[in-house]
Amino acid sequence: MYVAVKGGERAIENAHAWLAEARRGDTRVPELDVAQIREQMALAVNRVMAEGSLYDPDLAALAIKQARGDLIEAVFLIRAYRTTLPRFGASKPVETADMRCDRRISATFKDAPGGQVLGATFDYTHRLLDFKLAADGEVPPAAMAPAQAGSVPHITEFLNRDGLIQTEAPSCETPPDLTREPLEFPANRALRLQALARGDEGFILGLAYSTQRGYARNHAFVGELRIGRVPVEMEIPELGFSIEIGEIELTECETVNQFAGSKTAPAQFTRGYGLVFGQTERKAIAMALVDRALRWRELGEDNLGAAAQDEEFVLSHCDNIQATGFLEHIKLPHYVDFQSELELVRRLRAEAEAVAKEAAE
Amino acid sequence: MTPLLQVRDLTKHYGARIGCADVSFDLYPGEVMGIVGESGSGKSTLLGCLAGHLEADRGQVLFDTRSDGPRDMRAMSEPERRMLSRTDLAFVHQNPRDGLRMGVSAGGNVGERLMAVGARHYGGIRAQALDWLSRVEIAEDRIDDRPSAFSGGMQQRLQIARNLVTGPRLVFMDEPTGGLDVSVQARLLDLLRGLVREMGLSAVIVTHDLAVVRLLADRLMVMKSGHVVEAGLTDQVLDDPQHGYTQLLVSSVLQV
Amino acid sequence: MTEYTFAYLDEQTKRMIRRAILKALAVPGYQVPFASREMPMPYGWGTGGVQVSAACLVPEDRLKVIDQGADDTTNAVSIRRFFEKTAGVATTTRTAEATLIQTRHRIPEAPLTRDQILVYQVPIPEPLRFLEPRETETRKMHSLEEYGLVHVKLYEDIARHGQIATSYAYPVKVEGRYVMDPSPIPKFDNPKLESAAIQLFGAGREQRIYALPPYCQVVSLDFEDHPFEASKADHICDLCGSATSYLDEVIVDDAGGRMFVCSDTDYCETRRAAGHRGRLAATEEEHFA
Repeated sequence: MYVAVKGGERAIENAHAWLAEARRGDTRVPELDVAQIREQMALAVNRVMAEGSLYDPDLAALAIKQARGDLIEAVFLIRAYRTTLPRFGASKPVETADMRCDRRISATFKDAPGGQVLGATFDYTHRLLDFKLAADGEVPPAAMAPAQAGSVPHITEFLNRDGLIQTEAPSCETPPDLTREPLEFPANRALRLQALARGDEGFILGLAYSTQRGYARNHAFVGELRIGRVPVEMEIPELGFSIEIGEIELTECETVNQFAGSKTAPAQFTRGYGLVFGQTERKAIAMALVDRALRWRELGEDNLGAAAQDEEFVLSHCDNIQATGFLEHIKLPHYVDFQSELELVRRLRAEAEAVAKEAAE
Repeated sequence: MTPLLQVRDLTKHYGARIGCADVSFDLYPGEVMGIVGESGSGKSTLLGCLAGHLEADRGQVLFDTRSDGPRDMRAMSEPERRMLSRTDLAFVHQNPRDGLRMGVSAGGNVGERLMAVGARHYGGIRAQALDWLSRVEIAEDRIDDRPSAFSGGMQQRLQIARNLVTGPRLVFMDEPTGGLDVSVQARLLDLLRGLVREMGLSAVIVTHDLAVVRLLADRLMVMKSGHVVEAGLTDQVLDDPQHGYTQLLVSSVLQV
Repeated sequence: MTEYTFAYLDEQTKRMIRRAILKALAVPGYQVPFASREMPMPYGWGTGGVQVSAACLVPEDRLKVIDQGADDTTNAVSIRRFFEKTAGVATTTRTAEATLIQTRHRIPEAPLTRDQILVYQVPIPEPLRFLEPRETETRKMHSLEEYGLVHVKLYEDIARHGQIATSYAYPVKVEGRYVMDPSPIPKFDNPKLESAAIQLFGAGREQRIYALPPYCQVVSLDFEDHPFEASKADHICDLCGSATSYLDEVIVDDAGGRMFVCSDTDYCETRRAAGHRGRLAATEEEHFA
């Protein structure tokens, strides 16, 4: 009879062994090492760090290897590892104005102090398969320039100086922690940004795209997109001052959006904000658009019923680990529930047939 | 006799703009009050504040509750207010879609208020739903159809049935005949008048249509720019308007 | 593999979950929000139940894990192994011997005792969710006890089908106050919700814990003239001959042949060990030989 189930324990063991073998693939092909993934699959590593909420390129590369390249599975591995880590404290907020930028572009100004830096981007490549890479990936070194010294001011600050863009009120409030407190609504902006930064790139991208196509359109320009490294500092109570504990790569996007204004307040541009681990610019731009759409109430706009404006909808569904778990759980046995439905449908049909028969007689 | 509703100095602003200001009136059991004025006159704001859909800035809305006599609805707790609006109050929206569950059958729509106050006998609920459908002239065999399959006039009659099934003491109506064809309007007005008389309902009806108040309202308040400019018995106000604005309203109707 | 804290979760997290459990027991049927952790198994696969179990387990416990009533379904095996590895507790398949039972979709047939805890895995804790998708709204409906809509759903069922067409996850009212989702157990199991054991419900992805303390009143929603009925397949178990247990229907050949067997595997085995035999008991043993 129900052999598949009776053999549950052994089946699981066998499946795990098979998975390990399949992960390795053809043994005549050399095995990938973690450093190769970290260096050559860097954007995948970045995505796993961002959505896994853990900045560790080696672990992210390991997770990608273990997950056979399934990035959501890799994010899952990182998340599950992350929860077990002890917490020593929180860093000071990073200062992105001090970022050493590898890339910095603005769509709103032709040039700005600090200059535009294209950096390592796909933007103006022609998307033609490069068959040379199939044979030999060696490339000559790229041209070098000395690093810029000092901080690079944000472009939106130039607008702010003239009062042309809305000012964000500074706050010393500790942001809520999505991983330590249950998500409750309404969520403040810090919590929304946190959820978006961890959210699935594809989901956030789709929502952002929907705003551009008219579902709560907010006319976004990329005020500035910057990618680079920032120092992370931490206050050490025993020392009484803060020390630099390391450096992380971030992508930051500030959008300049449709102006708001009323009879009492003159017109002003508004902002959307995205900040993501690693070089993840699609995600950062999308995040800024969705952030902006979610601010409709605070900016006195109408709720147009668009998905991107609905914080409960966005925040409840943007986490791909929650989504994939629940989606895939329908693979688990449900035969007890199905049996009860089966009985019900049979009973309803029997009753309907009886009625039909009676009517015929 | 204690008034069913005593409104005192009810005021609401939208920023610097006046929604409605210093509105006071009494409504006695069995009385129908009409509120007329052009759009933007504050009549819908006033109705929203009375029904608790809008938060007034100040003033009192005293409702004569069954258990504790007159109480200010604005000072009630949310559960008390919701209980009241499931039992003694009813609200008929201009657009039936706002007052109906479009995905639920006509019977379920009428039955919801009964179930919300504890009815647990399916047969009993269904019998009451059937009775109410016939009272609003909806054929019995439509009981299991969803309102989306109904005409606009039928939807509005269904909304009325859904509201009246628990025998409320006070009904708020916001342009109940708005958006309907003239012939459909006439039938609905007839029906409403019958129900109001038969059930001894008290009602506050907001409309821009003077024909509606002429037919339904005992008394009338005329609003302009958030203020009540004239009030009195319906026939008196319509036949002998004192305020210039009322005269204008009445004459514009006569021209039509 | 590295050393784990007992039952995987760190002590702070367990304490946080225990606080939520105590609150849930104090307000039966109320969904207590808790900061669900990311577990090394997928959301929707029992992370809520696992966290609740982890917070309740002590080294002396004897754990039983069932899915669809069976100890040997793959997910039950996987969760049992998880606790064997991380908590090192003894495990059992015998309902009577277990001190803590984690379950998905069933309540064991044998009555539970006051020394036992039953932990349910819950996918969607909100009984109003499919009537109202918004959490902010449903929380308000619970706090104001606005449950008319639940009965509207049951009314619509009867109007359309002649009877209430909810066969599992059948909503209940707890102690006359909160409407609760008993998790996707078949409605056959609903009467067993009034029990001597502590019953805890954990929803990991939705970050909710709720509970039924021993002997608390649990009423399945219905109408006076359409009373709740705990129905099951109209057969007896082909292996142990039980006429009162919940049955799985198993397709046994290509010609559409069927057999009906107890979904509670321990119950069925215990009965067979005591000498009870069903219609196909002999055939079944051949299959296993």
